[in-house]
Amino acid sequence: MSDDHVYLTLAEEHEDDTRWAYGTGFEDPLHGVDTTVPDGVDRAALAGLCLALGDDALVAAQRLAEWTTRAPELEEEVALANIGLDLLGQARLLYARCGQVDGTGRGEDAYAYFRDPAGFRNVTLAELPNGDFAFSMVRLLVFASWRLAHLQRLTASPDPVLAAVAAKGVKELTYHRQYAAEWVVRLGDGTEESHRRTRAALRQVTPHLGELFTAYDAREEVVAVLRQVTDAAGVPLPAWTPGPGAGRRGVHTEHLAPLLAELQSVARAHPEASW
Amino acid sequence: MAARQAGPAAHEAPPELQQHFDATIARDQRIEPRDWMPDGYRSTLIRQIAQHAHSEIIGMQPEGEWITRAPSLRRKAILFAKVQDEAGHGLYLYAAAETLGADRADLTRRLIEGHQKYSSIFNYPTPTFADVGVIGWFVDGAAICNQVPLCRSSYGPYARAMVRICKEESFHQRQGYELLRTMMRGTDAQREMVQDAVDRWWWPSLMMFGPPDDASPNSARSMAWKIKRHSNDELRQRFVDMTVPQAEKLGVTLPDPELRWNPERGHHDFGTPDWDELTRVIQGDGPCNAQRVRRRRTAHEEGAWVREAAAAHAAKRAARSEKGAVA
Repeated sequence: MSDDHVYLTLAEEHEDDTRWAYGTGFEDPLHGVDTTVPDGVDRAALAGLCLALGDDALVAAQRLAEWTTRAPELEEEVALANIGLDLLGQARLLYARCGQVDGTGRGEDAYAYFRDPAGFRNVTLAELPNGDFAFSMVRLLVFASWRLAHLQRLTASPDPVLAAVAAKGVKELTYHRQYAAEWVVRLGDGTEESHRRTRAALRQVTPHLGELFTAYDAREEVVAVLRQVTDAAGVPLPAWTPGPGAGRRGVHTEHLAPLLAELQSVARAHPEASW
Repeated sequence: MAARQAGPAAHEAPPELQQHFDATIARDQRIEPRDWMPDGYRSTLIRQIAQHAHSEIIGMQPEGEWITRAPSLRRKAILFAKVQDEAGHGLYLYAAAETLGADRADLTRRLIEGHQKYSSIFNYPTPTFADVGVIGWFVDGAAICNQVPLCRSSYGPYARAMVRICKEESFHQRQGYELLRTMMRGTDAQREMVQDAVDRWWWPSLMMFGPPDDASPNSARSMAWKIKRHSNDELRQRFVDMTVPQAEKLGVTLPDPELRWNPERGHHDFGTPDWDELTRVIQGDGPCNAQRVRRRRTAHEEGAWVREAAAAHAAKRAARSEKGAVA
C-alpha cells in the first residue's frame, strides 16, 4: 500500500516546522504587527472598546456554535459555522489588543474563561437564546448591520491595530449581513408560518435595540439598512428608542450566566492545565 | 459510445456497453456519471456514498458537543472549523450520490427512518475533552486508512470528492494528535483523561474497518469493481502498524494485552475485536444510536418550515419575475 504517508508523518518530529498543525507555532496572535499604542490615545478607553467588541463577538459566536448539528439544512450548517468562526476570530484579536493596552498583559483566554458575567460588556442582544431560525436570522441581521457600521467607523481609529482588526471585520460582516438579510427576506415572504415567526422575532429583539445606538451615531444608517430588508420581506420594522446600555455596563439578562458557565466549564475545572 | 440507461431496459444491457464498462475498469480508468454502468454498480455506490455522507453528518455530533465548551479559544476555533468541514464533506458526498440519480432529501429520510446506516463509531459517547483529540487521532486516522485508497475508486465523482476530503481528514488528524501531545505534557488529570479516552476508543476504532474479510458479504464484488481497493483486514492491520509507534511516542498504552510486534510477519499481532459488539451497535443497540438519529431527525423536522419558506419564496419570486417579463 502506497497511500500511508499522510498518516505516517503524524508522529514525526516537527522541530523545524513549528506550524505542523493549525495554530501551532503562533504564540502571539498579533505577531509581526507594530503594537505600540500611539501617543494621545486614551489607553483605558481603547481597552474598554476592544473588550466590549470582543465580548460581543465571543458571545455571538457561542450562540452560533449552538446551532451546530441543529440547522435546518446542511448549507446552513456550513454558513452559520463560517459566521461563528469569523466572530470568534475577531474576539481573539480584540482580546489580544485589550491585553496589550489595559496594562495587564493578559492573553485571550484570561478574558474569555476567567471573568464572571458582570465583567462581560457585550450588548444583551448578543446573549439572547437562539430561539427559532427566524429569531436567529433577525438577531444576526441586526447584530451584523450594527457591528458593520461600527467597525466601518473604526477603520479610521487612531489605534492602527484596532483599525486593522476593524478592516478585516468589515469584510466578514458584509457577508454576515447579506446572509441574514437574504434569510429574513425569504422567511418574511415565504409562508404564512415563516412570516408570522419573522414578525414575532422582530418584536422580540426590539427591547434590546436601544443600547446599540447610545455610543455613536450610526443609528439612521443602520435603520435604513434594516428597513430596506424588512420592506423586501414584507414585515414591519418596530420602532424603538435609544436607551442606556445595560450590557455595556455589565448588567445582563438571565441568559448570559448559563452561556458562560458552559463556555468556561472545562477551562475552570482544570485551571492549571494547558490546552 | 456509452449511453446512460434508465428504467427496466437497463437489465438487458447490450453486451457492448457491459464490455466497454469492464474494459474501463480493467484499464483503471474512471466511470463518469453519463457512462453506462451495471445496476448493481450504481446501487452499490449509492449505498456506500450515502453511508459515507451520513457518517460525516452524524459524525458532527460527538465532537460538536464540545465546541461550546472547548477550554481555549484556539481549541474552540479548531474544533468549530473541523465540525464545519464534516458538514462540507457530507455535502460533497450527497452531491456525488446525486450524480448517480439519488436525491439528498430521500437519502436524509432513509437515514432518519433508520433504513440506511452510518459508521458505527459515532454511536459512542464523548464524555471528556480528551475524546476530541482521540477521535482526531484514531477515528480520522482510520478514516484516512479507509479513504485514501478511495481517491483511486473507479467512480470519478466519488474519487475526486475523496481527494479533498482526505486532505482535510489528514489536517484533522494532526489537530487531534497535537491536542493529545499538549495534554500529555499538562497535568496528571489531563494525562489520565487521554489514557481513558484511548482505552474507550481503541476497539471501536478497529471495528471501523468493518467485519473480518470472511464475514464481509459485499467486499469481493466491490473490489472487483475497484470501488474498494483493499480488504477490511488489510486496512485494519495497516492502521494498527501505523498507530503503535505513535502511541509509544505519545506515552499512552493501547488496551490490548495481545498487541506485539511479530518479526516473522513484519506486522503487529493484535487481539480480536468484540465482533458481537459491532453487530449490536450496527443493529442499533450502541450506547448513542437512538440519540444520534433523534438529533438528526429533530433538526430535520424543526427545519421543515424553513425549507418550505425558502421554496415558497423562490416560487413567488419566479412567478413575480415571469409576470414582470410578460408586462
